[in-house]
Amino acid sequence: MKNNSLWSDALYRLTRNKAAMLGGLILVLLIIAAVFAPWLAPYSYSYQDLNLGASPPSSEHLLGTDILGRDLLSRILYGARISLLVGFVATGVALVIGVSWGIIAGYAGGRIDSIMMRIVDILYGLPFIIFIILLMVIFGRNLWLLFGAIGAVEWLTMARIVRGQVIGLKNQEFVLAAKAMGVSNISMFRRHLLPNILGPIAVYATLTIPQVMLLEGFLSFLGLGIQPPMSSWGTLIKDGVESMEEYGWLLIYPGITFTITLFALNFFGDGLRDALDPKTSDN
Amino acid sequence: MLSIFFKRIFLAIPVLFAVASITFFLIKLAPGGPFDADRAVSPQVLKNLNEAYNLDASNWEQYVDYMSGLLRGDLGPSFRFPGRSVSEMISTGLPITFELAFYAILIALFMGVFSGVLAALKRNTFLDFIPMAIAMIGICVPTFLMGPLLVLIFGINLEILPVSGWGQLPGDKILPSLTLGFAYAAYIARLSRGGMLEVLNQDFIRTARAKGLTERMVVIKHAMQGGLIPVVSFLGPAIAGLLAGSFVVETIFQIPGLGRFYVEAAFNRDYTMILGTTIFFSAMIVFFNLLSDLAALWLNPRSRDAS
Repeated sequence: MKNNSLWSDALYRLTRNKAAMLGGLILVLLIIAAVFAPWLAPYSYSYQDLNLGASPPSSEHLLGTDILGRDLLSRILYGARISLLVGFVATGVALVIGVSWGIIAGYAGGRIDSIMMRIVDILYGLPFIIFIILLMVIFGRNLWLLFGAIGAVEWLTMARIVRGQVIGLKNQEFVLAAKAMGVSNISMFRRHLLPNILGPIAVYATLTIPQVMLLEGFLSFLGLGIQPPMSSWGTLIKDGVESMEEYGWLLIYPGITFTITLFALNFFGDGLRDALDPKTSDN
Repeated sequence: MLSIFFKRIFLAIPVLFAVASITFFLIKLAPGGPFDADRAVSPQVLKNLNEAYNLDASNWEQYVDYMSGLLRGDLGPSFRFPGRSVSEMISTGLPITFELAFYAILIALFMGVFSGVLAALKRNTFLDFIPMAIAMIGICVPTFLMGPLLVLIFGINLEILPVSGWGQLPGDKILPSLTLGFAYAAYIARLSRGGMLEVLNQDFIRTARAKGLTERMVVIKHAMQGGLIPVVSFLGPAIAGLLAGSFVVETIFQIPGLGRFYVEAAFNRDYTMILGTTIFFSAMIVFFNLLSDLAALWLNPRSRDAS
């Protein structure tokens, strides 16, 4: 896709939005930190210095160590890998299901549309967190299952947004012209519909990532998510809570990291929405 | 209005039936029986246990048995706590969870609507920016972090509020309710600000002002009724979120409510308890969604007049 005016306009507006740019910068740094964690982290996430036990921040261990003498900074860096991975992969799963569902429902219209959207309505009304817990209990606490389960929950809103967009597009001249020329359904989706709804998809995907990360943190906090010795930020916060009375730093640093990340994602997502859809940014 | 109500109820029944069936068979898929984790029991004892809980019957028989129990409101015995039934455990935990959720919703509505409406009226002043910044914090600091932080500050450092329990020490209900309510206050503040901004620009508000009504009357009688519809529609789905929040809050503050029972059942693989509470939660959420949809329909004059 060429850099048409919508995208360059949006990019211009985005770069003018300081909060969004700051959020974006923090995200880029975090992603770099997560990818290069094995080189950046001063220690291994499982290395224990048993002589130390829980020690407050010092020059050797910048953020201190946990009860087992493991370097907290290293554990936060490695935790970033899991937390961000869950955020991106589960959002990706939600994206694939939601976009295909929405495009098919919106493009097909009629009975198929009403049945598909009725299914979405019904699923909306169910307590999905409970089903995720159920799946984790029944099939064991498996990382890939976690991705799938969270993604399978978060696609509903995406399906609704995409369907609305497709319905708006489907009677426009260029789509009718393509149809008249006998373009197949697949290439209609790929060449004509998808590029025109990329904006809302990108916005909603950015705003889904923090929700997914919250969900993972919630499950890990209850002990139903990531299992030790692997750590996500959720499990670090859980460990921090257990010893917060004596060793406050074990709660504070993972908590700050998690919160700043969610802030960055939300600001960047809001900025992206305002940039791509200036109509809604008025209020 | 009434026909919509019955239509929705009519739709909810098969949905709940499907939820109950799917959950039942999902749990049958789980590896291992409920008594595997106990100390090794002799085959004879295991056989007796399975017989007592009707686990040796075919899946289909157990299913029919369970569903007919469900119709009578009987959710079966708990596997983990012999002699106690699931219905009994739900009825001990439920009032506590309801009370917690009620206070949380009250706090959320009061704080959220007040700051959201204020922010909309004083748009682009610091009375808009500050509440909205706080709301952003409320959205970004998860419940499972907010709770411990409040405990750390008010319970451990300042020592002015109890750190755990429910109804045993004076003031021990404050921190759990605040923790649970705060996140929703943030969402409600954003929703009511958005809703109010949309309504305040409309013609009927200008008419009301032109009639010479006081600003207070304009806001309370005219603008809020329409501006708060998004908040009312949010309340139904919020109940589902409150439930999940209660898992966390009841775990942090050691409150013997339904949420904590559920988390413990998940840990102990107390399958009948998980099954029963899942069905119960689903029924409750479907019901509250119905209620909030109807309330939003009724508040919106367009849809009210149409039916």
